Amino acid sequence: MNFSGLIQDFGPLTITGLAQGAIIALFALGYTLVYGVLRLINFAHSEVFLLGSYACLIVWGFFGLDQNSATPNVFSVIGLLLLGLMAAIVISGLTALGVELVAYRPLRRRNAPPLAFLITAIGASLFISETVGVITKRNIKAVPPLIRPADVFVIGNMHVTNLQILIIVLALVMMFVLDRFINRSRLGRGIRAVAQNPDSAALMGVNKSRVIALVFLLGGLMAGIAAVMYDLKIGVTRFDAGFLLGIEAFTAAVLGGIGNLRGALLGGLLLGVLQNYAASLFGTQWLHAASFVLLVLILLVRPTGLLGESLGRARA
Amino acid sequence: MSDVKVDKPAAVPADKKNWRSSGGVRGWFGRQHWAVRTVLIIVFAVLAYLLPYAGDIPVLGPQIITEGIDWPSALFNMSYYVLLALGLNVVVGFAGLLDLGYVGFFAVGAYTVALLTSPDSILKTEWGWLAAVPVALAVAMVSGLILGWPTLRLRGDYLAIVTLGFAEIIRIFATSSETLRGDRGFADIPHPPGSYSDGKPIFGVADATPYYWLGLSVIILVILGVRNLDRSRVGRSWLAIREDEEAAEIMGVRTIKYKLWAFAIGAFIGGLGGVMFAGQQGFMNSQTFILQFSILVLAGVVMGGSGNIFGAILGGALISYIPDRLRGIEDPIFHTDLFGFRFAIFGAIIILIMIFRPQGLIPSRRRAMELKDREKEVAPQ
Amino acid sequence: MRQVLARAIGGLAVIGLVAGAAACNSSSSSDDSASGNCGYKLAYFGALTGSSANLGVNIEQGFELAINQYNDKKGSTCIEVAKFDSQGEPAVAPGVARNLVADKKILGIVGPPFSGESEAADPIFEEAGIPTITPSATRVSLAANGWKTFHRAVANDDAQGPAAATYIKDTLKAQKVFVADDQSAYGAGLADIVKQKLGSAVAGTDKTEADGKQTDFSAVVQKVVSSGATVLFYGGYYQNAGLIRKQLTAANWKGTLVGGDGMKDAGLAKASGNAAAVGTIVTCPCSPPEKSGGTFVADYKAKWNVDAGTYSDVAFDAANLLLAGIDAGNTTPEKMNTYLSTANYKGIANTYKFTSTGELDPSLIKVWAFKFDATGNQVADAEIPAA
Repeated sequence: MNFSGLIQDFGPLTITGLAQGAIIALFALGYTLVYGVLRLINFAHSEVFLLGSYACLIVWGFFGLDQNSATPNVFSVIGLLLLGLMAAIVISGLTALGVELVAYRPLRRRNAPPLAFLITAIGASLFISETVGVITKRNIKAVPPLIRPADVFVIGNMHVTNLQILIIVLALVMMFVLDRFINRSRLGRGIRAVAQNPDSAALMGVNKSRVIALVFLLGGLMAGIAAVMYDLKIGVTRFDAGFLLGIEAFTAAVLGGIGNLRGALLGGLLLGVLQNYAASLFGTQWLHAASFVLLVLILLVRPTGLLGESLGRARA
Repeated sequence: MSDVKVDKPAAVPADKKNWRSSGGVRGWFGRQHWAVRTVLIIVFAVLAYLLPYAGDIPVLGPQIITEGIDWPSALFNMSYYVLLALGLNVVVGFAGLLDLGYVGFFAVGAYTVALLTSPDSILKTEWGWLAAVPVALAVAMVSGLILGWPTLRLRGDYLAIVTLGFAEIIRIFATSSETLRGDRGFADIPHPPGSYSDGKPIFGVADATPYYWLGLSVIILVILGVRNLDRSRVGRSWLAIREDEEAAEIMGVRTIKYKLWAFAIGAFIGGLGGVMFAGQQGFMNSQTFILQFSILVLAGVVMGGSGNIFGAILGGALISYIPDRLRGIEDPIFHTDLFGFRFAIFGAIIILIMIFRPQGLIPSRRRAMELKDREKEVAPQ
Repeated sequence: MRQVLARAIGGLAVIGLVAGAAACNSSSSSDDSASGNCGYKLAYFGALTGSSANLGVNIEQGFELAINQYNDKKGSTCIEVAKFDSQGEPAVAPGVARNLVADKKILGIVGPPFSGESEAADPIFEEAGIPTITPSATRVSLAANGWKTFHRAVANDDAQGPAAATYIKDTLKAQKVFVADDQSAYGAGLADIVKQKLGSAVAGTDKTEADGKQTDFSAVVQKVVSSGATVLFYGGYYQNAGLIRKQLTAANWKGTLVGGDGMKDAGLAKASGNAAAVGTIVTCPCSPPEKSGGTFVADYKAKWNVDAGTYSDVAFDAANLLLAGIDAGNTTPEKMNTYLSTANYKGIANTYKFTSTGELDPSLIKVWAFKFDATGNQVADAEIPAA
């Protein structure tokens, strides 16, 4: 137990934890959206993220960029970032839709028991990540240095870098946009209706299949953005990157209250920061254990997570 | 109303009763004289014991056995997967509690044996394998109760993530604590006792067949035990909890008690798997107890038919057999070895099985009926 | 029922497809060539798939290159390559090992690469009497099991750790050193020895999760920065090391990363980017390949289209050592084992002469330090004198 270390590094640990947490939160949205509507743990969501993290790298590869390239000028960086984001969003969104179509829809037609969905999701997850593993020979793929980390401002020993600000701001903006969309738009109303009561919603003329597809798509888009941010922050991706971070994202979603958008944000940020504190206090090897201990403790006190569940009722 | 009529057995003339409506294989089996049934069961068991020699069957044999991995070893691997599936079936299939961290109990069983027997252990007890078995099983069972007590108040998916968390905590503890030695592991864990008349040990390192036979015998005992439990008061309580927990509670079923029972029995059987594993392996470290392992076993149970003992056995055997069988096979198109693809292929097979048989390969009869009801209820899409 | 039948047949068809593919594979062993000692096999046993496959593939490719060169020289497929994928997991290794010993044409094994799987599989090889040469399992206790077939073509952890500490103290002249490891048997063992040798110069310690289990190292990075250390010693493999190096650079830490032979791989520079990796020091109980004057580096690149990785050269040597044994007429595993106990073979990475426990002769062990240059290559820096 290293208390003095924690106190001394409190500032830097907080900011790096927030950046990691923002990525986790964006990722967690996919779990929460699907769960809110279908009451289903979308295990294959981790692979939606995975393919996104490769998609942007492939696009940047077209421009001849690799880990040893020099950082391009500001305008090309913005252009490349947008292109990468676009590619990741498209691929992740399509993957999410594909998983829905192949692994879930046939089961939903037959009204299969919930466990069956979980198992096809596991199958889809295995299939995608292992195929990527075989194609990439299980090697890492490195990310070009599009953004060289540079201090924007410094408070004490806390150096806040441009990349950290980008990640956190982007996550908050996306969260705000999504929140607005679900609560204000017509399509969003459909999502909330299906989340509250699928059968009544269907009777009221909501196209349930379309709403479900939309939910998967939205989750995929957010995962795509998270994937690009992850690439830029960590610097490499690998066939099992989705699985690793997926467990954390799912934990974050449950922590905040699964099915609750703001809960996912809160859970993600909290998890990112607390993991850093725990790593500093007990040693980095206990980082993941700490997040699960935290989860168990919170669920014992608040059995439906910090902010409670339900996409429909809790006004997101 | 016309389709309701067809469903009623009375509406079907006795001579037109088809195979399925009279219960299929199981219905036929149930109608036989007890002596016939006993003989059939014994024949089946003997065949199972003869599986290590399956490669000697002409034509069919070489298709069955594994190529990239020694066949008796593959059978032994199947046997402990089957044990795990049987145990998880009690928790998930009978009591309906979704447990994503079942491998934790497997780890507890294996580690207790290692701690008590290996010269690397800090305990320095260096017991024999057999002496460590009862202790390991007791510890596994207690760990089931300890994990179950605080978590069983949670419902459904929350239970799933918490059990997953516990298994991860056990894995991280095994990796990072000095006592459990992490990746360094425990060497020289003794094998089960016994020797042939010429002094050679029965359970050596070169031949896995005796381990398979031991595993099979344990499986048979577990089947008998679990079957009796399922048909007892405990089993009926599990059923009630699975169908509707609130209703069960109101009807006087002490839900927490019976859920704990399910957890403890599941943990016991999982521990048994760990004990067998440690005895065959001789060396173990924290690498084995990864999360994917739990998920695979769960996939096996559901794929085989959650709630049905024979379904769980089939599922457990398949999750070990399919990847092993795909080792050392060349694909016909690119002529690369398929073993790299084995988990990808396995994932695809899981999806296919679940799409075509969402109730599992050998469904529990009750579950299959529930599913039929559900199919009728499908809301307009 | 018909539906059930149809499904059952469908299921059988899937199995049949798989099995049919298997049939194509079943042993099409070449005709026993008349010339010399041909028709035998050498085996690679280790990870080819799974999370630690990359190290295994390095070794397998070095091994296969040696046999291909040998066969090319003979003009026929004289010695066959047999590959056994243990996935690097102790739980999988025994079954695969029993499969290996069933093949009576195998005269020797290169592997297992990891210490854990060695503990699980080597007893089976010992019972079958097939000699093994491990290019990378460095756990000290492996040699203490009394296995007659065990040979280790690298120095164990006890040789490398002190050398790394000496280099940090004498060459880098570091006053404050942060020591971290990945909790693997290899990494933790190495880091423990380094910690012990450095004594009061250790400014802080930490442990991370293993390769592929962790990607965000913010907390470690922060500890290193705050400790004021000028050197980070990391006991672990290249993938994590590359990530840590990259994230340290991003946090503006200017010190030197030092590690053992598990980090001597182009993968480190790939993960961190060449710019960040420059100056990183790896120690290795091996001599620089260019010293031997061979064309291994170029040959490897030509054959596999990637750079030779960690232990590729040692595996290449181990295979050549076994091939030399076959040339000398040792065509049973027993004879091969006897041959190995007396062999004195000069390869590209080392000179190989085994002691009675299967260790390399200590007087022949040389530890070199290598430095990453601006193109991501590891350039020989200096030989580290024995402490």
